[in-house]
Amino acid sequence: MILGAVEVIRPGLLTTVQDLGRFGHQALGVPVSGPMDRFSHRLANQLVGNDANAATLEVTLIGPELLFATASVVAIAGAVFDVSCDGRAVPMGESFAMLPGQRLRFGRVVQGARAYIGIAGGVLTPRVLGSRATHLVSRMGGIGGRALLAGDRLPVLAEPDRRPHRKAPGLTLPTGGRARLRVVPGPQDHWFQREALETMASVSFRVSPRSNRMGYRLEGPPLLRASAAELISEPVGMGAIQVPGAGEPILLMADRQTAGGYPKIGHVISADLPLAGQLAPGDFIEFILCERKEAVAALIARERQLLRSAARETHEHA
Amino acid sequence: MLLVEFEPVIDPIVNERAIMLAARIRERGASGVLDVAPGYCTVAVHFDPLQIDLGALERSIAEEASRIEGLVAVPAKAPIEIAVTYGGEHGPDIDAVAAYAGCTPAEVVKWHSARTYRVYMLGFVPGFAYLGSVDPRIAAPRHRAPRERVPAGSVGIAGEQTGVYPVTSPGGWQLIGHTSSPMFDPDRSSPSLLAPGDLVRFVPRLGDGA
Repeated sequence: MILGAVEVIRPGLLTTVQDLGRFGHQALGVPVSGPMDRFSHRLANQLVGNDANAATLEVTLIGPELLFATASVVAIAGAVFDVSCDGRAVPMGESFAMLPGQRLRFGRVVQGARAYIGIAGGVLTPRVLGSRATHLVSRMGGIGGRALLAGDRLPVLAEPDRRPHRKAPGLTLPTGGRARLRVVPGPQDHWFQREALETMASVSFRVSPRSNRMGYRLEGPPLLRASAAELISEPVGMGAIQVPGAGEPILLMADRQTAGGYPKIGHVISADLPLAGQLAPGDFIEFILCERKEAVAALIARERQLLRSAARETHEHA
Repeated sequence: MLLVEFEPVIDPIVNERAIMLAARIRERGASGVLDVAPGYCTVAVHFDPLQIDLGALERSIAEEASRIEGLVAVPAKAPIEIAVTYGGEHGPDIDAVAAYAGCTPAEVVKWHSARTYRVYMLGFVPGFAYLGSVDPRIAAPRHRAPRERVPAGSVGIAGEQTGVYPVTSPGGWQLIGHTSSPMFDPDRSSPSLLAPGDLVRFVPRLGDGA
């Protein structure tokens, strides 16, 4: 395997190396991390012929400028950005070739918040505890456990196989900065006042500026508890909506801690988490209550979309 | 994520059951089970619903759970010793804890290092172990406003919990000492010094003023 490199000219606001996440060590307190929008991460990989777990670059709101030192095949999925290569517009949701010395330059974001750059062969930064995912707080994975900086050189495959040109419709992104997210109540929904779930399902919550990859603080009417009992800290997952005493909910996202001591009124269903990953501070969330059966059906429908995309290769050469 | 809930108490036997159930589920190695993590009295099973049927997963968990109901004692094991420099710049809150307890800093050291603690759970950051239970006399509540920066190795108290900060991070616990034992290193074959169910003793370093 011959290594090539992609050089970071401008890093963008927050560009990180992510694979599907660091699973298997939560018992030791190691957070999972991984993409905020798993669907688009997987699609970006699929478009360049990678495994779903290959590392992509997660781009947040302001994208990077990258110089390819070696030839590669690249695809961008998720948020829609104006992206150019040597002055020509680059399509989203489609694989394309980068030649040695060419620059991939991100301009303004048009829709959504996070795009994934899939590179044939994946980004080959070292694995930490089996994963390349960057976890910012524990400084693990990616490059030194941090967001990319100008001057970083990302190891990639120097001579990727010629791969068929692929194109696929991506996630239907939230429009007007509003996402509708389905929620299964629990496990502590009964700790809250009876009206809390109704309130949650009837108003819009605003994603606070104090939000990050760990979680979104949500501004809206407080979700009040019926009792003052303290929860014994327990493991938490991505999508959990935990509510501290003052009633301001926090939607736990990719870099969440492994455990938490606040009661959880519900969980955003897995099928809708990619939509949550496309939100930025100032955007709005409307919650819709649903049942577990619907959650599984929705996930299967989401998965079919990826399978259909895989079947739609056009067999042109990139 | 599926959450298995035991009786909601902080109790060594309940915790041991959760740890054992987590180990059993992990050993089954069912495809689609991504991670299994025990809490004080819960077990989280992270799974991919497209690879494993939720009903089948619940049935196999119930089967394993029924097998460990008979567990009524915690296995004896040797405690892991952690050397601590108490007080002074290493433990800036020791006087506040002493004031809370109405005792001297030396008594805080004596009472904190007298007990053998159990690792109930890890969380917060990699390798951060929640240890219990602290002598109620020195169980000072955490700070109302957390510190922005707690140095790695700081030993703290939060109510009846105690623990060591493995990396420099924000934190609200009352800091009474410092250890140079590396708590977490992802390059070690077992990355975390402490694992759920381990026993811990803090050993005051000689020459401490406290």
